[in-house]
Amino acid sequence: MRFVYFARVREAVGIDCEERDVPATVHTIQDCLDWLRQCDARYALAFSDPVRLRYALDQQMVNANASLAGYSELAIFPPVTGG
Amino acid sequence: MKKIAITAEPISTAMALTPLENLGGGALASFTGIARADSGVVALELEHYPGMTEQNLHAVADAAMSRWSLLGCVLLHRVGKIAVGEQVVVVATAAHHRAEALDACAFLIDRLKTDAAFWKKEHRTDGSALWVEAKSTDEARAEKWREAEAEGS
Repeated sequence: MRFVYFARVREAVGIDCEERDVPATVHTIQDCLDWLRQCDARYALAFSDPVRLRYALDQQMVNANASLAGYSELAIFPPVTGG
Repeated sequence: MKKIAITAEPISTAMALTPLENLGGGALASFTGIARADSGVVALELEHYPGMTEQNLHAVADAAMSRWSLLGCVLLHRVGKIAVGEQVVVVATAAHHRAEALDACAFLIDRLKTDAAFWKKEHRTDGSALWVEAKSTDEARAEKWREAEAEGS
Protein backbone atom coordinates (compact mmCIF):
# COMPACT_ATOMS: atom_id res chain seq x y z
CA MET A 1 0.00 0.00 0.00
CA ARG A 2 1.13 3.53 -0.73
CA PHE A 3 1.18 5.90 2.27
CA VAL A 4 1.19 9.67 1.82
CA TYR A 5 1.61 12.28 4.55
CA PHE A 6 0.95 16.01 4.57
CA ALA A 7 1.83 19.11 6.57
CA ARG A 8 2.66 18.55 10.28
CA VAL A 9 2.27 14.76 9.87
CA ARG A 10 4.69 14.73 6.89
CA GLU A 11 7.30 16.65 8.88
CA ALA A 12 6.88 14.44 11.97
CA VAL A 13 7.18 11.21 9.95
CA GLY A 14 10.10 12.66 7.97
CA ILE A 15 8.97 11.57 4.47
CA ASP A 16 6.10 12.53 2.16
CA CYS A 17 5.30 9.06 0.80
CA GLU A 18 6.31 5.40 1.03
CA GLU A 19 5.25 1.92 -0.08
CA ARG A 20 4.68 -0.65 2.68
CA ASP A 21 3.37 -4.20 2.77
CA VAL A 22 0.55 -4.14 5.30
CA PRO A 23 0.36 -7.19 7.61
CA ALA A 24 -2.70 -9.45 7.23
CA THR A 25 -3.80 -8.52 10.77
CA VAL A 26 -4.28 -4.87 9.74
CA HIS A 27 -7.81 -4.30 8.44
CA THR A 28 -8.79 -0.71 9.24
CA ILE A 29 -7.04 2.66 9.37
CA GLN A 30 -7.12 2.40 13.15
CA ASP A 31 -5.28 -0.96 12.94
CA CYS A 32 -2.83 0.63 10.54
CA LEU A 33 -2.04 3.51 12.93
CA ASP A 34 -1.46 1.03 15.79
CA TRP A 35 0.88 -1.01 13.56
CA LEU A 36 2.84 2.02 12.30
CA ARG A 37 3.22 3.39 15.86
CA GLN A 38 4.97 0.13 16.79
CA CYS A 39 7.21 0.24 13.69
CA ASP A 40 9.00 3.50 14.52
CA ALA A 41 9.11 6.12 17.30
CA ARG A 42 8.63 8.91 14.73
CA TYR A 43 5.26 7.42 13.75
CA ALA A 44 4.29 7.03 17.41
CA LEU A 45 4.92 10.76 17.82
CA ALA A 46 3.32 11.78 14.50
CA PHE A 47 0.14 9.82 15.30
CA SER A 48 0.07 10.55 19.05
CA ASP A 49 -3.03 12.79 18.91
CA PRO A 50 -5.80 11.12 16.84
CA VAL A 51 -8.13 14.11 17.42
CA ARG A 52 -5.77 16.08 15.15
CA LEU A 53 -5.60 13.44 12.38
CA ARG A 54 -7.69 13.02 9.24
CA TYR A 55 -7.57 10.26 6.61
CA ALA A 56 -8.27 9.65 2.95
CA LEU A 57 -8.38 6.35 1.04
CA ASP A 58 -7.71 6.77 -2.68
CA GLN A 59 -8.34 10.51 -2.19
CA GLN A 60 -11.74 10.14 -0.49
CA MET A 61 -12.06 11.42 3.08
CA VAL A 62 -12.92 8.58 5.49
CA ASN A 63 -12.87 8.01 9.25
CA ALA A 64 -10.46 5.83 11.25
CA ASN A 65 -12.87 2.87 11.21
CA ALA A 66 -12.70 2.59 7.40
CA SER A 67 -11.48 -0.70 5.95
CA LEU A 68 -8.35 -0.66 3.78
CA ALA A 69 -9.63 -3.51 1.60
CA GLY A 70 -9.59 -2.64 -2.10
CA TYR A 71 -7.71 0.65 -1.70
CA SER A 72 -4.16 1.41 -2.82
CA GLU A 73 -3.38 4.77 -1.18
CA LEU A 74 -3.83 5.90 2.42
CA ALA A 75 -3.25 9.58 3.20
CA ILE A 76 -2.77 10.75 6.80
CA PHE A 77 -2.85 14.49 7.57
CA PRO A 78 -3.99 17.14 10.07
CA PRO A 79 -7.39 18.90 9.83
CA VAL A 80 -7.35 21.18 6.77
CA THR A 81 -6.56 24.91 7.06
CA GLY A 82 -6.89 26.40 3.57
CA GLY A 83 -8.58 29.57 2.41
CA MET B 1 -19.70 27.94 -16.06
CA LYS B 2 -17.32 26.64 -13.44
CA LYS B 3 -13.60 27.38 -13.16
CA ILE B 4 -11.30 25.82 -10.56
CA ALA B 5 -7.57 26.54 -10.34
CA ILE B 6 -4.83 25.70 -7.86
CA THR B 7 -1.64 27.55 -8.75
CA ALA B 8 1.77 28.56 -7.41
CA GLU B 9 1.52 31.80 -9.43
CA PRO B 10 -0.01 35.03 -8.04
CA ILE B 11 -3.80 35.25 -8.28
CA SER B 12 -6.12 38.27 -8.27
CA THR B 13 -9.76 39.13 -7.67
CA ALA B 14 -9.92 40.40 -11.28
CA MET B 15 -8.80 36.99 -12.61
CA ALA B 16 -11.83 35.44 -10.92
CA LEU B 17 -14.37 38.16 -11.79
CA THR B 18 -13.46 38.78 -15.44
CA PRO B 19 -14.73 35.42 -16.79
CA LEU B 20 -18.02 35.98 -14.91
CA GLU B 21 -18.73 39.46 -16.27
CA ASN B 22 -20.35 38.53 -19.58
CA LEU B 23 -22.59 35.63 -18.61
CA GLY B 24 -25.72 37.79 -18.68
CA GLY B 25 -26.14 38.02 -14.93
CA GLY B 26 -27.03 41.16 -13.00
CA ALA B 27 -24.89 40.32 -9.98
CA LEU B 28 -21.31 39.35 -9.28
CA ALA B 29 -19.96 38.63 -5.78
CA SER B 30 -16.49 37.76 -4.64
CA PHE B 31 -14.42 36.97 -1.56
CA THR B 32 -10.65 37.50 -1.51
CA GLY B 33 -8.44 36.08 1.23
CA ILE B 34 -5.13 37.93 1.75
CA ALA B 35 -2.05 36.83 3.72
CA ARG B 36 -2.09 38.91 6.96
CA ALA B 37 0.92 40.14 8.94
CA ASP B 38 -0.32 38.58 12.20
CA SER B 39 2.22 38.83 15.05
CA GLY B 40 5.42 38.71 13.04
CA VAL B 41 4.16 36.65 10.11
CA VAL B 42 6.10 37.48 6.93
CA ALA B 43 4.81 34.74 4.63
CA LEU B 44 2.43 31.82 4.40
CA GLU B 45 3.17 28.46 2.84
CA LEU B 46 0.26 26.48 1.43
CA GLU B 47 0.47 22.74 0.85
CA HIS B 48 -2.19 20.64 -0.90
CA TYR B 49 -2.95 17.05 -1.90
CA PRO B 50 -2.69 17.05 -5.72
CA GLY B 51 -5.73 15.35 -7.19
CA MET B 52 -7.82 15.25 -4.05
CA THR B 53 -7.81 19.01 -3.50
CA GLU B 54 -9.09 19.61 -7.05
CA GLN B 55 -11.86 17.05 -6.43
CA ASN B 56 -12.76 18.80 -3.15
CA LEU B 57 -13.05 22.18 -4.90
CA HIS B 58 -15.17 20.74 -7.73
CA ALA B 59 -17.48 19.13 -5.14
CA VAL B 60 -17.91 22.42 -3.25
CA ALA B 61 -18.55 24.32 -6.53
CA ASP B 62 -21.04 21.67 -7.73
CA ALA B 63 -22.88 21.90 -4.39
CA ALA B 64 -23.19 25.69 -4.80
CA MET B 65 -24.32 25.40 -8.44
CA SER B 66 -27.06 22.92 -7.52
CA ARG B 67 -28.22 24.91 -4.48
CA TRP B 68 -28.43 28.35 -6.12
CA SER B 69 -29.22 29.18 -9.74
CA LEU B 70 -25.77 30.50 -10.51
CA LEU B 71 -24.58 31.45 -13.96
CA GLY B 72 -21.03 30.69 -12.95
CA CYS B 73 -18.52 30.35 -10.16
CA VAL B 74 -14.74 30.60 -9.94
CA LEU B 75 -12.45 29.23 -7.22
CA LEU B 76 -8.77 30.20 -7.36
CA HIS B 77 -6.38 29.01 -4.63
CA ARG B 78 -2.70 29.77 -4.40
CA VAL B 79 -0.16 27.19 -3.11
CA GLY B 80 3.52 27.44 -2.21
CA LYS B 81 5.14 30.45 -0.52
CA ILE B 82 2.89 33.53 -0.31
CA ALA B 83 4.19 36.89 0.97
CA VAL B 84 2.11 39.02 3.34
CA GLY B 85 -0.27 41.19 1.31
CA GLU B 86 -0.62 38.69 -1.54
CA GLN B 87 -3.88 36.92 -2.31
CA VAL B 88 -4.31 33.36 -1.04
CA VAL B 89 -7.80 32.56 -2.28
CA VAL B 90 -10.46 34.15 -4.48
CA VAL B 91 -14.02 32.89 -4.75
CA ALA B 92 -16.46 34.56 -7.16
CA THR B 93 -20.02 33.96 -8.28
CA ALA B 94 -22.35 35.28 -11.00
CA ALA B 95 -26.13 35.17 -10.75
CA HIS B 96 -29.17 37.06 -12.03
CA HIS B 97 -29.72 38.69 -8.62
CA ARG B 98 -27.52 39.71 -5.68
CA ALA B 99 -28.95 37.43 -2.98
CA GLU B 100 -27.95 34.26 -4.85
CA ALA B 101 -24.51 35.62 -5.76
CA LEU B 102 -23.77 36.77 -2.19
CA ASP B 103 -25.13 33.67 -0.42
CA ALA B 104 -23.36 31.27 -2.79
CA CYS B 105 -20.10 33.19 -2.39
CA ALA B 106 -20.29 32.89 1.44
CA PHE B 107 -21.14 29.19 1.12
CA LEU B 108 -18.17 28.57 -1.20
CA ILE B 109 -15.55 30.11 1.06
CA ASP B 110 -17.03 28.60 4.25
CA ARG B 111 -17.09 25.10 2.77
CA LEU B 112 -13.70 25.48 1.05
CA LYS B 113 -12.18 26.23 4.48
CA THR B 114 -13.33 22.89 5.95
CA ASP B 115 -13.66 20.58 2.93
CA ALA B 116 -10.60 21.23 0.74
CA ALA B 117 -7.24 19.58 1.42
CA PHE B 118 -4.98 22.58 1.98
CA TRP B 119 -2.62 23.14 4.92
CA LYS B 120 -1.22 26.52 5.92
CA LYS B 121 2.11 27.26 7.58
CA GLU B 122 3.09 30.67 8.97
CA HIS B 123 6.68 31.90 8.54
CA ARG B 124 7.72 34.58 11.05
CA THR B 125 10.33 37.33 11.19
CA ASP B 126 12.41 35.36 13.75
CA GLY B 127 12.82 32.51 11.23
CA SER B 128 10.35 30.20 12.98
CA ALA B 129 7.53 28.46 11.09
CA LEU B 130 4.37 26.95 12.54
CA TRP B 131 1.48 25.00 11.03
CA VAL B 132 -1.85 26.77 11.52
CA GLU B 133 -4.34 24.81 13.63
CA ALA B 134 -7.89 24.29 12.30
CA LYS B 135 -10.40 26.65 13.93
CA SER B 136 -13.64 25.41 15.49
CA THR B 137 -15.29 28.65 14.29
CA ASP B 138 -14.57 27.62 10.67
CA GLU B 139 -16.19 24.23 11.27
CA ALA B 140 -19.19 25.95 12.91
CA ARG B 141 -19.70 28.21 9.86
CA ALA B 142 -19.54 25.23 7.45
CA GLU B 143 -21.91 23.28 9.72
CA LYS B 144 -24.49 26.09 9.54
CA TRP B 145 -24.72 25.56 5.77
CA ARG B 146 -25.15 21.79 6.27
CA GLU B 147 -27.97 22.43 8.77
CA ALA B 148 -29.64 24.91 6.40
CA GLU B 149 -29.38 22.27 3.63
CA ALA B 150 -30.98 19.65 5.90
CA GLU B 151 -33.84 22.07 6.62
CA GLY B 152 -34.23 22.72 2.89
CA SER B 153 -33.57 26.45 3.06
